[in-house]
Amino acid sequence: MSEHEFKGIIGQPLDRVDGPLKVSGQATYAADWRGTTPHLIGYIVESPVAKGRITSIDTKAAESCEGVRAVVTHENAPSQIPFGERDKGGRFAQSHAVMRSNEVRHLGYPVALVVADTLEQARHAALLVKVEIDAQDGIFNPETHEDQAKAPDGLDGSDEVDTEDGDFEAEYASAGHRVEGEFHTPSQHAAAMEPHATVAEWDGDKLTVHMSIQILSDGRKAFANTFDIKPEDVHIVAPFIGGGFGSKLGVHNEAILAAHGAKLTGQPVRIAQHRRNVFSNGPHRPRHRQRLKLGADENGKILAIHHDALSIMARDYPFAEAAASPTRASYATKAMRTQHRVVEGDIPKADSMRAPGEAVGTLTFESMIDELAHSCGVDPVEFRVRNEPEMDPHSGKPFSTRKMRRCLQEGAEKFGWQGPVSRREGNWLIGHGMAAAIRPNLMQPAEAEIELSTDGHLTVRLDMTDIGTGTYTILTQIAAETMGVAPEHVTVKLGDTDFPETCGSGGSFGAGSTGTAVADAAKSLKDDLLQRAAKADGEWKGANSKDLRIEGANIVLGSRSLPISELGERSGGLSAKGAAKPGKEHDTMAQYSYGAQFAEVAVDAVTGEIRLRRLTGVFDAGRILNEKTARSQLMGGMIFGIGAALMEESLMDERYGAFMNRDLAEYHIAVNRDVPQLDIHMVEGFDENSNPLGSKGIGELGICGAGPAIANAVFAATGHRVRKFPIHMEHLLESLPPLDG
Amino acid sequence: MHPLRLTVNGKPHDLEIDPRVSLLDLLRENLSMTGSKKGCDHGQCGACTVIVNGRRINSCLSLAVTHEGDDVTTIEGTADGEALSPLQAAFVKHDAFQCGYCTPGQICSATALLDELKRGEPSVVTKEKVELVDEEIRERMSGNLCRCGAYNNIVDAILEVAEART
Repeated sequence: MSEHEFKGIIGQPLDRVDGPLKVSGQATYAADWRGTTPHLIGYIVESPVAKGRITSIDTKAAESCEGVRAVVTHENAPSQIPFGERDKGGRFAQSHAVMRSNEVRHLGYPVALVVADTLEQARHAALLVKVEIDAQDGIFNPETHEDQAKAPDGLDGSDEVDTEDGDFEAEYASAGHRVEGEFHTPSQHAAAMEPHATVAEWDGDKLTVHMSIQILSDGRKAFANTFDIKPEDVHIVAPFIGGGFGSKLGVHNEAILAAHGAKLTGQPVRIAQHRRNVFSNGPHRPRHRQRLKLGADENGKILAIHHDALSIMARDYPFAEAAASPTRASYATKAMRTQHRVVEGDIPKADSMRAPGEAVGTLTFESMIDELAHSCGVDPVEFRVRNEPEMDPHSGKPFSTRKMRRCLQEGAEKFGWQGPVSRREGNWLIGHGMAAAIRPNLMQPAEAEIELSTDGHLTVRLDMTDIGTGTYTILTQIAAETMGVAPEHVTVKLGDTDFPETCGSGGSFGAGSTGTAVADAAKSLKDDLLQRAAKADGEWKGANSKDLRIEGANIVLGSRSLPISELGERSGGLSAKGAAKPGKEHDTMAQYSYGAQFAEVAVDAVTGEIRLRRLTGVFDAGRILNEKTARSQLMGGMIFGIGAALMEESLMDERYGAFMNRDLAEYHIAVNRDVPQLDIHMVEGFDENSNPLGSKGIGELGICGAGPAIANAVFAATGHRVRKFPIHMEHLLESLPPLDG
Repeated sequence: MHPLRLTVNGKPHDLEIDPRVSLLDLLRENLSMTGSKKGCDHGQCGACTVIVNGRRINSCLSLAVTHEGDDVTTIEGTADGEALSPLQAAFVKHDAFQCGYCTPGQICSATALLDELKRGEPSVVTKEKVELVDEEIRERMSGNLCRCGAYNNIVDAILEVAEART
């Protein structure tokens, strides 16, 4: 495979095939769907307290309002399996019951749903619902309740909660250079531009939902497990999703509530979460406290690594973020200890947000590595190169491919790295910083089908989603190249549980997993076509299906040609199924995507204002499936990294368990002017151990390393080591030079 | 219910509406034009941007009844007939979106922005006179959030069209 041919349609910077729909307002997201029956509109009444039991709820005034069709509460909600039960399929598939009892699970938890003819009517009536709650004290901050911390049953994306390799204490004690620090990273919200939305409709025991969700197959199980119905009686439709970033992996409260409303009224009910709802009825990345201790010898070789993380988990919702997990695969060391602890709290669902684990773990770890390099007096790039591991430091497994050195060296060259430069330009303190990026490469089972119509057009179907990742486009390219047709002769259909089941979008595994299934289906179809051709005409016997192409309404092989219409007895055309599953190399090898990021920041010497001036990233994500959409994925990830370093934090009032900055004016994400021209490079490669396409995950890679590169640049500019993210100007005030005069 | 007469994408409408309806909800619910998106309903994200009498506004922040006699252009009205407008085509070419949810607002915003540039209207980053540089576009597009992070490509798409116009 080393001589793999990269030419062809796969990899080309094809424009998004769904682009024209998206730029003309014709792409239909969940809340855009209009059926034949008018939808009723649901509006959520949120609990003002975090924990307690509803003692009374008065819905009379709301019910008497014009246009109101139903008010759903725990007293009249349809029968449900208790929240958290039937969890064999994982947290996304478990029961997501809402308002099953009088229990309030967190602040903002739904206590009532008003269903009316219009949004204005429902919103007004919602103000009239009177609820009394017997409030209890809740847990919101893991650090103030550390006495209740426990090792979680498992980590997100990792089986090992704690690891211990070598003798950390002895190696650390012997180290000539030691650094340590306690870091804090905040809760964050994915803040996809499309708030979670669902339209639900029942036909007897059959449920149809148009919704915004990343993994349809798990969503289907979640509805089945919540309402005690069969998964095959749940039909989910999600052709377009307005961003996910993990926040739509599973179903959230509006989805279950829409089903409640539809059940009670007998009509389709649409609920689009209000932006403020999203901060309580959608998931968030949990806050962390991380402690790091690193030791190195006089030659700048790492001897000892300790990384422990304390976080919070929503009660009965088993998500523990693997913050110290990337540390395990980063550098060669003699001893390493990692540990994860969680406290169960009375908070909205804590769950995956883009690069769970790495986004918070490398933010702190790569900052600390920078500090260690400085302590050793070694250039941070050289320090990382010097400590590159030959095999996975914890498991001892070989790496599938690891081009970290190349990323570091190319990154340094592209950026013009001359060490952690620190200089002054007028009132601006300029600093350069860098960091390494690492993200596990995963593969999941997926299926797909492909159909050839007699006019030569191909239709590909699978329940995969395109959450902005470019899935429609790359699957078109994969099907086209495998079948030997131009992309315009392929239509990819996604986001419908009537189609073959896939892993959906998450964990950066979507493209490789579903792309492999599509390629497999296309190859099966070619084999089938050749067999049929050989039956119709003996001359075709013994040919290789790889050489077969589709030209117009004919199949073609060399000088031979046969109309497609003569190949099958089925009138609807010819079809084939394909499947993908992770190979054994996903067990026997350590698989990661890699990168190196370099930042230049300018800090105002008077105010401490931080401006990012430049950010260069060089990445190894294996074979690139579409140069244009891959670049966009990396770009988006890098901007999440900018947010993590400088802007994003969901602030909680710990007296009440209330997220305070519940909107896009107060939860700061990067705006256009915050982002300079990003400099992005991809190290082309082919990882044959990853999947037959040779690709590796790319969607979460860009966020890794971007944040710590910026933090390290802030250090270079100001001499201030950041221990609490995001970095605010006020954190830097004491580190700024004295004012003139 | 209140009477309201306005023009949307060249088509006149004579309506009776709930006075609480925002211009955004009028478009999406009463007129079933779902191209304009609701991202925050608070004027913070720009996904609902439409052009009213030649100026871009956040349609979620504006009550529909205040638009008596107004001329509204939405994403559905920005194409050149069947063909994409130069801006729409440039957005596709430069991959100036990913999920596409903010895109109708970005394009309406950019469409009005091109006219602002033509009129020479200054922004906070303008020095002597308006120049077609990245920073000028970035500043003027900062009211339209894009969580997928297509900002660089949005700037490239707009600059390409703006430069072709001069």
